[in-house]
Amino acid sequence: MEYEAVIGLEVHTELKTNSKAFCGCTTAFGGEPNTHVCPVCLGLPGVLPVINRRVVEFGLKTALALNCQVEPFCKFDRKNYYYPDLPKNYQISQYDLPLARKGYLTITVDGQERVIGITRVHMEEDAGKLIHVDGPDGGYSLVDYNRTGVPLLEIVSEPDLRTPAEARAYMEKLKTILQYLDVSDCKMEEGSLRCDANVSVRPRGSQVLGTKTEVKNMNSFRALQRALEYEIERQIAVLEGGGQVQQATMAWDEARGVTYIMRTKEEAQDYRYFPEPDLVPLEIDGDWIEQVRAGLPELPDARCHRLINDYGLPAYDAGVITSSRALADYFDRVVSLYPDAKVVSNWIMGDFLRLLNAAGLEPGSSPVPPEEMAALLQLQKEGTISGKIAKQVLEEMFATGKGARLVVEEKGLVQISDAGALARIVEEVLAANPGVVEDYRNGKDKALGFLVGQVMKATKGKANPGLVNQLLKERL
Amino acid sequence: MDLHYLTAHELGGLLQHREVSAVEATEALIDRIEALDGRVQAYLTRTAEQALEQARAVDAARARGEEPGPLAGVPMALKDNLCTEGVRTTCASRILGDWVPPYDAAVVRRLKAAGAVILGKLNMDEFAMGSSTENSGFFPTRNPWDLERVPGGSSGGSVAAVAAGEAVYALGSDTGGSIRQPASFCGVVGLKPTYGRVSRYGLVAFASSLDQIGPITRDVTDCALVLGAIAGHDPFDSTAADLPVPDYRAALKPGIKGLKVGVPREYFGAGMEPEVEAVIRRAIAKLEELGAICEETSLPHTEYALPAYYLVAPAEASSNLARYDGVGFGLRVPGRDIIEMYMNTRSQGFGPEVKRRIMLGTYALSSGYYDAYYLKALQVRTLIRRDFETAFTKYDLLATPTSPTVAFRLGERAGDPLAMYLSDLCTIPINMAGLPALSLPCGFSQGLPVGLQLIGKAFDEVTLLQAAYTFEQSTTYHRRRPELGVA
Ligand SMILES: [Zn+2]
Repeated sequence: MEYEAVIGLEVHTELKTNSKAFCGCTTAFGGEPNTHVCPVCLGLPGVLPVINRRVVEFGLKTALALNCQVEPFCKFDRKNYYYPDLPKNYQISQYDLPLARKGYLTITVDGQERVIGITRVHMEEDAGKLIHVDGPDGGYSLVDYNRTGVPLLEIVSEPDLRTPAEARAYMEKLKTILQYLDVSDCKMEEGSLRCDANVSVRPRGSQVLGTKTEVKNMNSFRALQRALEYEIERQIAVLEGGGQVQQATMAWDEARGVTYIMRTKEEAQDYRYFPEPDLVPLEIDGDWIEQVRAGLPELPDARCHRLINDYGLPAYDAGVITSSRALADYFDRVVSLYPDAKVVSNWIMGDFLRLLNAAGLEPGSSPVPPEEMAALLQLQKEGTISGKIAKQVLEEMFATGKGARLVVEEKGLVQISDAGALARIVEEVLAANPGVVEDYRNGKDKALGFLVGQVMKATKGKANPGLVNQLLKERL
Repeated sequence: MDLHYLTAHELGGLLQHREVSAVEATEALIDRIEALDGRVQAYLTRTAEQALEQARAVDAARARGEEPGPLAGVPMALKDNLCTEGVRTTCASRILGDWVPPYDAAVVRRLKAAGAVILGKLNMDEFAMGSSTENSGFFPTRNPWDLERVPGGSSGGSVAAVAAGEAVYALGSDTGGSIRQPASFCGVVGLKPTYGRVSRYGLVAFASSLDQIGPITRDVTDCALVLGAIAGHDPFDSTAADLPVPDYRAALKPGIKGLKVGVPREYFGAGMEPEVEAVIRRAIAKLEELGAICEETSLPHTEYALPAYYLVAPAEASSNLARYDGVGFGLRVPGRDIIEMYMNTRSQGFGPEVKRRIMLGTYALSSGYYDAYYLKALQVRTLIRRDFETAFTKYDLLATPTSPTVAFRLGERAGDPLAMYLSDLCTIPINMAGLPALSLPCGFSQGLPVGLQLIGKAFDEVTLLQAAYTFEQSTTYHRRRPELGVA
């Protein structure tokens, strides 16, 4: 029997507001343990939370970018459970009246575009971190409350995803959108972007949902895809063997490449949600929503279409360039100075990205600013340098941070376009290679390429290749 | 002169005219506490040194020619669920151990800014859960009018201290009657302001949607004075209303001619002591005599208030008290693992009434029971609120007994939680509706004080205080003092 998977993702993203969700403490990552804390985020007796307006604003931005309906009235609830990294033993979250609902985003996998529904977007607070110290009697745990109370958005998808590749594409797209909005750092390795997956399988064509498991602890895009691939295979094997999938929460073990049961349905927590009495419900003003909407940046899909329509870029190029806001900004800036978009795109997708990746840098922190990239392309276009030399110049600019013109001048890389000077070198090359000249005259066209190469070699690549060709043909 | 029985406005006047110094007043109160508190047992923590320091600062300010205000230098005390920076705050619970808050509650900050002299922290039912102060994790407080009787609760220590002259005034908290019922039992004035009138920041939460801090004083003028000092918006409490604070004291003008007062018949039900009812009826007659138009009315959902309260309040409490787990602060009783540490700490740290309410609340919020209990209780709450809204379309105030009985004997109801809960029958509906209400002395039954409860419209404490003031000006009950056998 052929099976298909049904996957929904619950994504948590830490918002990069300056202060925490309900107190004035900084949200900065790192810091000595328990230094970014106050009575409120430590949950001391008597304290009260106060919602940070920026958290709502970032939530609104995200909800609107994900095409959600913002609810005119939402409230906070308490999610009650005991865990030592949660000082109040309840988390302030949103239960039945979230910030926004009913959105979608679009993914493209294998050239196929799919619309994935978003069930809801809600605000909540993060917990602290436990650090286990081994020792006799099982050791002990230390708690770092720096992260406690950092604002999170939970973004829940509809069970619209069908393959691990789609799940990964969804997650990557979501990350791109969050980065365009500048609301989150989205660093999976630091935990500022986290994802749990609900997975079930069913015979292809069936409309009935199978029993699902929830998979946790996937800390990279790759882990997400691998974990889902494993879990889907596991569930299919259970069904094929005549068994039933057990409803459970699974954890992904990256090292062993397997999922294992964390807890079964019987052990599931009863969170005893109820409305948070310390916060008043939020009535979000329509004007505020419109103001936030008007302030949204151009989003990846729109930008991608613009690059295709306005510049005639191939869809693939446009997709790569708009996968990062910083890269797309870089592209736009270069094109504004050097309006041949295809040339710019080739350079950015080729040497520029290669050098960036090798240096482990983000486009925004490139040592070659867009102005200098445009200047480099201009030098090539004017014929001051050849394409080959331009690549060398770019590497030098990357390594030293110097401008294009300066590198070309310092290294004496200006193209030789002086016919008199080149004619002399051509004469020398012809005199030194009588056999090759003979071959050419006997109809071997390839011989010309060799001779051009010799001239280029003699000029350390600086000769204007068009002029060399012309001069050689004249003399032969 | 007996400084300890002066009201705040009387003592404040003497201080402002430099007839008495703040240090003298403070020393008088410290002496009084020394002499009496062994028997009354109102205080859990005394801060005599700090009080004298605060008094000296006020005297120094006045010596410099500054006038720090009418409460500056007046010795007072705080219920021990109000956080005080550097001074242990116990909520009368073993579970807090010797926890010392690193911050002041908003009301404490305001009082300190007004020059208050803080004598110490007062006993209460553990986490404000109770009506007799017998649920204190340390010891019960006695009623100054009869040391064999309870002072009421949960603000029993606050009320006993004010009644016994061990503090000029005190702050209490009121979740279901915890200021008003003991005020009634001990013959003082106790006000529960409108929910949102006073910041709750730094009040250790019992039931967040019901809790409110209020003054406990020996007369209505002090009540107005103290309310004015603690009321107002606070950016640290989202539920504190951003409304202007009237000058409550200046608004105290006698005269209630034409004031429409409703008397809900449901508040005179079974379980009410006939003699208490007689005192209340006489007090209502007195209001009429003073020009008010009193008539019987009905708040039909009153009987559901108590059961609904005992779902809402424990539900919130079960969550609010989850933080006492031995991890970050307070008592920790070790165990083999974290779960056992939680269980040991909470089993040993909480008293039986607190455990009972945590269990009730946990149950009420549980999956499968939420709709039948918690949600239903919220719906009842809406009905109760509507009862009052309807009544207030006709009346300016409502008048009821504060408690169906006078103070009962120590131990009399301790074994019977339901009998104890009934003590708050007349006060709970007001918290459920979030309205302001005060209890003021209106007579005696069996030689024990009886309190009249006046209930006002939301944020209309002015009308409430005016009516209470008018009544007080034509009676002398508030001037009677318990015989405590000391000068
Ligand atoms: Zn904080």
